[in-house]
Amino acid sequence: MHELSIAYNIVQIADDAAREAGVERVDAVHLRLGQLSGVVSEALLFGYDIAAQGTRLEGSRLEIEDVPVVIFCAQCRAERELESIQVFCCPECGTPSMDIRSGNELEIGYVEYSDEPAHS
Amino acid sequence: MWSTAMNPRILEIRKGVLEKNDVLAASLRERFRKAGVLVLNVVSSPGSGKTALLEVTLQRLLAQGYRAAALVGDLATDNDAARLARSGASVRQITTSGNCHLEAHMIGDHLRDWKLEVEGLDFLFIENVGNLVCPSHYDLGEDIRVVMLSVTEGEDKPLKYPPMFNSADAAVITKVDIADAVEFDRAQTITNINSVRPGMTIFETSAKRGTGIDAWIAFLIAQHDALKSPAAR
Ligand SMILES: [Zn+2]
Repeated sequence: MHELSIAYNIVQIADDAAREAGVERVDAVHLRLGQLSGVVSEALLFGYDIAAQGTRLEGSRLEIEDVPVVIFCAQCRAERELESIQVFCCPECGTPSMDIRSGNELEIGYVEYSDEPAHS
Repeated sequence: MWSTAMNPRILEIRKGVLEKNDVLAASLRERFRKAGVLVLNVVSSPGSGKTALLEVTLQRLLAQGYRAAALVGDLATDNDAARLARSGASVRQITTSGNCHLEAHMIGDHLRDWKLEVEGLDFLFIENVGNLVCPSHYDLGEDIRVVMLSVTEGEDKPLKYPPMFNSADAAVITKVDIADAVEFDRAQTITNINSVRPGMTIFETSAKRGTGIDAWIAFLIAQHDALKSPAAR
């Protein structure tokens, strides 16, 4: 269960960025998660709620964008999306490839927050 | 007009979640490179025969005049470290107290506390915690990631753990002395390894009988020598 420690990392990075930007409350964190990252979304979402407690992210949503594995096929001279991460071959021509162009992502893209209603 | 006051706003971050670990691993890697020490991160399931193979590996390297040490990641007990120390190599245990993987800061901290001069080494083996999932994310500054699997584990192991097998540079199949007894499907295992990691360097070994150890040791020495060649700079 490394998802909990990854969730703590996400919360810490987003909380630090929010503090620096003067954002008091975060509504959502947008995460890009590659299929090769080996992180299980369900476990990460569960860990996120725990990790967010007592921070600017408490009660916020973790929005996960799944990023497929894309390899470069030397035969086709083109980027190809893998059909399965069990088979690192071009789905068009079958040529094996370890030229991985995406799919290892584990990165925070942005956070969403709301403007505080103006106090009068 | 207060009802329209809540406007969603975006704050760009664009940061790797494990950036801290990656930065630390990069600085370790630079230090290892300067020292001319070949660093291996060895991953496997529990019970893969990793410790037995590393014991033989350390013995052989020491016998050939190389200086080798090992850092052993362990959940609690120090059995593996004690066993490896029998080889005569310097061995230090990293107790992870339940953590399922090693991280770069643990390697840095232990090297410091150990007072081991990496400059005086040829090989440093990092025996990761027995787990084929979690260690795959964490760069430890290694040159080579080695995944070990025993003939008892079944030919579908690589297909069950693609991120780990894909991120490895070499695979070592262990306990081949009992391959027939456990009806090990050698051809299918090799096919599956190459499916998730095309071109993987594969060794088939038995620590007990000494099978395949020569090729494995020759590979390690060649990799070590390549570090020192001008082409590696
Ligand atoms: Zn192709």
